[in-house]
Amino acid sequence: MSELTELTISEAARLLRLHSISAGELVTAHVKRIEDIDPLVRAYLRFTPELWEKQADEADQKLSRGEGGPLTGIPVAVKDVLCVKGVETTAGSRILRGFKPPYTGTAVGRLFEAGAVMLGVTNCDEFAMGSSTENSGYFPTHNPWDLDRVPGGSSGGSAAAVAAGEAMISLGTDTGGSIRQPAAVCGVVGMKPTYGRVSRYGLIAFASSLDQIGPFARSVEDASLVLEAMAGYDPLDATSAERPNDVRRDFDKGVKGMRLGVPYEYTQVEGMERGVADAVDVAIKTLEKAGAEIVEVNLPHTDYGLAAYYIIAPAECSSNLARFDGVKYGMSVQDVDNITEMYMRTRREGFGTEVRRRIMLGTYALSSGYYDAYYLKAQKVRTLIKRDFDDAFSKCDAIVSATSPVVAFPLGSRTENPLSMYLCDVLTLGGNLAGLPGISVPCGMSQGLPVGLQVLAPQWREDVALRVARAYEAASGVRAEVPSPRSPQGRG
Amino acid sequence: MPLTRAQVRHVAQLARIGLEAGDEEFYADQLSGILEHIDRLQEVPTDDIAPTAQVVEVTNPLREDVPRPGLTQEEALANAPAPVNGFFRVPSIQEEA
Repeated sequence: MSELTELTISEAARLLRLHSISAGELVTAHVKRIEDIDPLVRAYLRFTPELWEKQADEADQKLSRGEGGPLTGIPVAVKDVLCVKGVETTAGSRILRGFKPPYTGTAVGRLFEAGAVMLGVTNCDEFAMGSSTENSGYFPTHNPWDLDRVPGGSSGGSAAAVAAGEAMISLGTDTGGSIRQPAAVCGVVGMKPTYGRVSRYGLIAFASSLDQIGPFARSVEDASLVLEAMAGYDPLDATSAERPNDVRRDFDKGVKGMRLGVPYEYTQVEGMERGVADAVDVAIKTLEKAGAEIVEVNLPHTDYGLAAYYIIAPAECSSNLARFDGVKYGMSVQDVDNITEMYMRTRREGFGTEVRRRIMLGTYALSSGYYDAYYLKAQKVRTLIKRDFDDAFSKCDAIVSATSPVVAFPLGSRTENPLSMYLCDVLTLGGNLAGLPGISVPCGMSQGLPVGLQVLAPQWREDVALRVARAYEAASGVRAEVPSPRSPQGRG
Repeated sequence: MPLTRAQVRHVAQLARIGLEAGDEEFYADQLSGILEHIDRLQEVPTDDIAPTAQVVEVTNPLREDVPRPGLTQEEALANAPAPVNGFFRVPSIQEEA
């Protein structure tokens, strides 16, 4: 394997600036790696050669003039929920097969302006609903560390692509943990920004009060550079905030004198694996040795987070996904007698099991007679969960915990029982309900599989989350490795 | 509270999702399992608690009402499954009188 596919942004940027390599060569190395490995990993749904040729050319022209920034010429993979003009974008769903957006979303557009080179579109759970990428309407993605296991989800393709050296960076979306959890189980860095930090314009919506776009990378610095390039107010997203782009402030200042909270309830969640808990304990001790003060904090409503989330997210999705009706775009069942039949058959055939299940759940929770008991109640519990975090952050600068209670699990092992799948997100979804920034950084192995350390910070304090994650990375020396997946016996 | 098959049919109609053989039992069973977990919300006292619908600090942002270019008719219809004469075509929604 070419070493060019194991570089971080800063390493690649140095070589590009010295003209030791060209953006074209960097793309070629990644395409070669994809040809070798993607038939096993299946991180990508489709490739964008027209874009990578044009963008690599433009990057090389800029670099030859001594222009460009840190992202010029950097190969990026994009989750199948982010619209790119003229590139088939389907949210991992058969209902959107063939859909070519008429515009490019803001986050991707800003990366293009910064000189990034798009390699292709990555697989994900349908409409970003899932924790294993097995709900893709096309095929499952495999974990590069063990091809018989899931890459996490919903942004599993984006996580696996970076983990396997099939992209230097990638974009995902995080509604309940869909960036942080796959980052953890694939052994890469993944970050969910504060709600409102990155414009959602051009993101195919799942749950609008929770969705955020964020990066996957092989180092904390890379994640910070991608986030910085995407962040900032966008008049096309009224929930994006007019705030200074200070996410990299004090990036390398370490944790000396910082107070880090360990939520007692997060150590006690159902299904927490011993190996994960041990790896995270060691990571927290590493941060303590690096100068942080470790304090216990409480998030008393943790046990209710999953229940509140599985009302709020499905309720919002049932509304957002009403637009997929066979009229304006995507799949449409045409041999029908009337329009209601067209809606019902298109949506039955176009949506997969999990998406239909969530639309049904959300519709039920919003329906007459149940709204107060479910939706309103969940929104009130959301207030209490947010208050828990406010109280915790009055006692610490950031919260540290495991990202996922479990390592990557075998394909097919949780698909029959939806609740067992939902429990994968129990440590991440609180960050979405409260709108907090969170990052997952690799912190060692359990059963030969990667474990992630999650850092949560107060709203708008990406700088704190990144600084703690960077300090851990520096103190531990744990770096996102690129595994060499082999075809297991019995598979082609 | 388990969901009945009649409730499944009602919710599917509201959501405009067709039901095929076996779907009623499937949803009744799976949604009941999830709702059983969700019912723990009722344990939480919330009498004086205001609901949180979203966590951004901005409310009702306004912009100048200035026209700007949008999609052309051709672009807007480019993905339509059954466009006709510059319109989205759908099956009839009313019987002829």
